Amino acid sequence: MTDLFTTASGHLRARHRAEWRFRWLGRLAIVFSLGFLLIMLFSITSLGKGALSRAEIQLSIDLSAASSLEDVNFQKAVRSALFATFPEVTDRSDKRALLKLLSSDSGYELARMVEENPALLGQETTLWFTASDDIDMYEKGAIDANLPENRRRLKDTTLGWVRTLESRNALRSVFNTAFFTSGDSREPELAGIFSALVGSILSLIVCFALSFPLGIMAALSLEEFSKKSRWSDFIEVNINNLAAVPSIVFGLLGMAIILNVFGLPRSSPLVGGMVLALMTLPTIIIASRAALRSVPPSIREAALGMGATRVQTTFHHVLPLAMPGMLTGAIVGMARALGETAPLIMIGMVAFIVDVPQGFTDAATSLPVQIFLWADSPERAFLEKTSAAILVLLGLLIVMNIAAVVLRKKFERRY
Amino acid sequence: MAQREISLTGRKRPLETLLKLTLNLASVLAIFVTLGIVLSMVFEAWKFFQMVSVTEFLFGLEWSPQTAIRADQVGSSGSFGAVPLIAGTLLISSIAMVVAAPIGLISAIYLSEYASARVRAWVKPLLEMLAGIPSVVYGFFAALVVAPFIRMSGGQFGLEVASESALAAGLVMGVMIIPLISSLSDDVLNAVPSSLREASLGLGATQAETIKKVIVPAAIPGIAGSFLLAASAAIGETMIVVMAAGLAANLTANPLEAVTTVTAQIVALLTGDQEFDSAKTLSAFALGLLLFATTLILNIIAMRIVNKYREQYD
Repeated sequence: MTDLFTTASGHLRARHRAEWRFRWLGRLAIVFSLGFLLIMLFSITSLGKGALSRAEIQLSIDLSAASSLEDVNFQKAVRSALFATFPEVTDRSDKRALLKLLSSDSGYELARMVEENPALLGQETTLWFTASDDIDMYEKGAIDANLPENRRRLKDTTLGWVRTLESRNALRSVFNTAFFTSGDSREPELAGIFSALVGSILSLIVCFALSFPLGIMAALSLEEFSKKSRWSDFIEVNINNLAAVPSIVFGLLGMAIILNVFGLPRSSPLVGGMVLALMTLPTIIIASRAALRSVPPSIREAALGMGATRVQTTFHHVLPLAMPGMLTGAIVGMARALGETAPLIMIGMVAFIVDVPQGFTDAATSLPVQIFLWADSPERAFLEKTSAAILVLLGLLIVMNIAAVVLRKKFERRY
Repeated sequence: MAQREISLTGRKRPLETLLKLTLNLASVLAIFVTLGIVLSMVFEAWKFFQMVSVTEFLFGLEWSPQTAIRADQVGSSGSFGAVPLIAGTLLISSIAMVVAAPIGLISAIYLSEYASARVRAWVKPLLEMLAGIPSVVYGFFAALVVAPFIRMSGGQFGLEVASESALAAGLVMGVMIIPLISSLSDDVLNAVPSSLREASLGLGATQAETIKKVIVPAAIPGIAGSFLLAASAAIGETMIVVMAAGLAANLTANPLEAVTTVTAQIVALLTGDQEFDSAKTLSAFALGLLLFATTLILNIIAMRIVNKYREQYD
């Protein structure tokens, strides 16, 4: 008797242990996913925050001989100012190395400063110039000065100049506005996300303008104006399938039909937006149908009972009530479209875009494609640009998703 | 004042008829899009199969797409055997599924059966965040952090790991599709009638036993559906493999080597400028057709299973 009891309780203990193990397995699974998310966000953030600042070098520029913009060779002015800072450098190859302290664009930088402030003409002033990416990286601690000379990007002589500049307080770190206001560049210290961002926004505008009305119309037709039939089932299966088609297939469609048959301009936000619209359409239709279904039949019956036609009932009563839900679905769809990369690569939005696109038919790129392009660049400095661009992208996505949640909460009604 | 005519039978409203027609047209658009996809792919793939036979494409073991610059060039024809690409795709997707299937399912079980409402309210959106992060971000992370990490830890055990190993791409892709499995499985598990749960608990089974022996078996079709949908997403995923997997075709089952996939090849073939009618460019559409057909079949089966199962307990 006791024997049976002890085996039973031993068995029970084993079963409870199994229960406990199973529960912990579940927690572990969740911790794994969330841990991965955390590590990913953490490593990208810690890499990306560097892009918020950049190093600048102070030079004393002599423009005393110049009276108008045309008089000045800006490139030369900056160069001679730099050589004047280090008079001990005379060797030609050393001079060339010295020029690498500055970003290659410093002549234009000076031109811009003088253009903004013509008072600089005719006098000698000290101005700050963007340093090259190697100096920037060194300042941020990404280049280890303790490594042997042949294994680091900065040579001993350059390092000596940097230390001289530091001791003269002629090297500073400022907030990198250029990252948010300029386009792509071959030089990491000058590259910014602005043109990519504009390209993304233009594409999203096209995408929204096409997919939102079409999505609502399709949802209305399926939900309010058609009876359940084989035909409507077929359409529904089609829509559900389109929602799960790999995005790259939409890129191929865009390439074969929108570019090659309709002949619309390659690389343009117009085509990008159209492809994204085709992709988001199923999402919007599905969300809009759900929103329409959540409007109780009593509303429709009341309107119909008052003598309204079906069309009037739908457009005056059902649609306004379903609108917040539809908008929420649209925002979620837009957020997904914003992060989409592969189909845009297919239609040629991978171009190297320096200028900000001015219209829907200009060549443009988009934020995720810019991330893809920078991720491929070998320079160490592009790593932090890539991460920072990812942070901007994720920030936008979070804002859009929060907007969707707020919208849903605000207009949520219980009938 | 003009007399308004009131008719009980209802007058014709041409505007409304027109409106309804427009709405119907919009809903038919979905069919046009599908048709457009199929037609454009089939059309371009057809041109490709004029140059390369279907059997060579489907069963050829070598993939090295080249277009001849001169007719007498060595290796001018290139070879278009898709087997290494298909194998690479399957290898990476299988790694992804090995990661995502157990973790996704167990997370779903924990969330639907064990977690308190408060934990659920926090964890579920966080898990879904994984699905909301653009794949280009995962690709960057895979290439920058995961691949070097795997290479390094492989080196500790004396293993030779390629810097663009299939393991890194598969692992990261697996994490990306976890929420697909967890949220669909969660829905399915919640749909299992509580009478089944209560009956099992009432007979003295522990919660874990109830889950393993009653609830999961009852939800198996739906769970299988979620696995299929996740697999289809893994097969069609592009950016992670473009950024973190290799580009050279390599027929291997070793996850530590670099392989390439169908999607990565489509991108590689179509970026940059090239003449539109070369076999190299057209082969991308043949690959696209293959990809579309595969994912379509997986999706249809998955949706069938899920829908059928839903009706069962409704």
